[in-house]
Amino acid sequence: MGKRSVIPYGPQHPVLPEPIHLDLVIEDERVMEAIPSIGFIHRGLESLVEKRDFNQMTYVVERTCGICSFGHGMGYCETMERIFDVEIPDRAKFLRTIWFELSRMHSHLLWLGLLADGFGFENLFYQCWRIREKVLDLQEMTCGGRVIFSVNTIGGVLKDMTSEHMQIILKTMDEIEQELKTIQKTFFEDYTVLSRLKGVGIMPKEKINELGCVGPFARASGVAVDMRKLGYAAYPMIDFEPVVSEDCDSYARCYVRLMEIYQSIDIIRQAIAKIPSETDLVTPVKGNPNGEAFVRLEQPRGEAFYYAKASGKPNLERMRVRTPTFANIAGLCEMLKNTELSDVGLLIITIDPCISCTER
Amino acid sequence: MANIKKSPWVLHYDGSSCNGCDIEVLACLTPVYDAERLGIINTGDPMQADIFLITGGINSQNEETVRQLYEQMPRPKVVVAVGVCACTGGVFKDCYNIKGGVDTVIPVDVYVPGCAARPQAIIDGLAQGIEIFQERLDEHRAKKKNEKSAKGVSA
Ligand code: SF4
Repeated sequence: MGKRSVIPYGPQHPVLPEPIHLDLVIEDERVMEAIPSIGFIHRGLESLVEKRDFNQMTYVVERTCGICSFGHGMGYCETMERIFDVEIPDRAKFLRTIWFELSRMHSHLLWLGLLADGFGFENLFYQCWRIREKVLDLQEMTCGGRVIFSVNTIGGVLKDMTSEHMQIILKTMDEIEQELKTIQKTFFEDYTVLSRLKGVGIMPKEKINELGCVGPFARASGVAVDMRKLGYAAYPMIDFEPVVSEDCDSYARCYVRLMEIYQSIDIIRQAIAKIPSETDLVTPVKGNPNGEAFVRLEQPRGEAFYYAKASGKPNLERMRVRTPTFANIAGLCEMLKNTELSDVGLLIITIDPCISCTER
Repeated sequence: MANIKKSPWVLHYDGSSCNGCDIEVLACLTPVYDAERLGIINTGDPMQADIFLITGGINSQNEETVRQLYEQMPRPKVVVAVGVCACTGGVFKDCYNIKGGVDTVIPVDVYVPGCAARPQAIIDGLAQGIEIFQERLDEHRAKKKNEKSAKGVSA
């Protein structure tokens, strides 16, 4: 038996975009155990329900996380809509779907970039982020914000897309598809990239089910969970199948996310083709909420859960968000067992951690 | 050190931000905004950094980390707070775990407002940070010089 020692990893570390702290118990160069400690970004966002009313909370919940901000706002609004028992206009449903898929694209492109940075391929990182800027431009064009949109409201959406906007979106989708095909080769075929990803960080299917991992992390191990199939927003009217891979390694995670970008492009095309022309975008809600409800959504990182409880007052009684990374951290610690120390940074990135979601 | 103005190294730390500002900071470094053309390089090592760029407010857990990182940086140093969270606590000001902006722990030189702060604003904040950095460096040198000449007289 080699000598055991403990290496503190984080909270500030060059490969980590966000602070998380891991104590790595290593033996020679192998990681035996990883013990996470979190709380560096804990703000106590859920407690703000005592001080902000249910409408103001929309904007607070959006700031749970800046990457999937649209999804959080939407999750909260859908929960409140269930409490109020209103059906939002069809056009609003389609608009939500388009924005949601745009944010999924930008999130996955961001992740591909960080992955490339993680294995030291600076150029690829820049290419991914360059493509991502195109998506951000679309978001800015349609809602005015680059990362935080604030277009959701309880009962619908605040902004509309004109047909010119949709034409521009379609055109950009074609461009992005072309450019993705170019970088896809590097991710899937490059010798160096493959040697860093193939067979690294194996996470068997049974373990995924046991630990309740979600999102692309689970889909890369052959578990076909996709909350979009539950049918919120306009997803029931759209034709798609979850992307699944059976490889269970880091390469599979990269494959699933990259393929999901194509899938998002496809969903956006379908949504734009099917969007009804209505002028109403909001079903107004009256009075204060009363009752409780929950909603599950597929965020770019996996299943997110929203719960709200109201008792007829402007302030909610309780609001809870459970985010995908929270479910995946258990999987991460399991995956890190028996890996090389030099792979740890990369493996943390492969679950696409979003710490500010997790700690809220 | 003569050309420091042309190559400031930045240390980025995510306080308790929502990530919105972080990804905009990273977007600054990538091809479209390309802060590297100003010689700005993002480093992970506080001991090599000139500018401390911090996003998000201060909470009880990260307070010590932020202070340590600041102390590890060599003098002169400049702190740039990005986003309203880092300036005042922003939307999360009333949360029980938020103590306030970054200036509750370390002195801040440049405040970049916005939620999320736009890349243009962040680059502008960095550019102002560089000016302040140069001033401090000049001051420091003048002081050294005075000390030397004072020593020369007494000797
Ligand atoms: S200023 Fe806004 S975008 Fe930036 S970290 Fe704070 S809440 Fe997020």
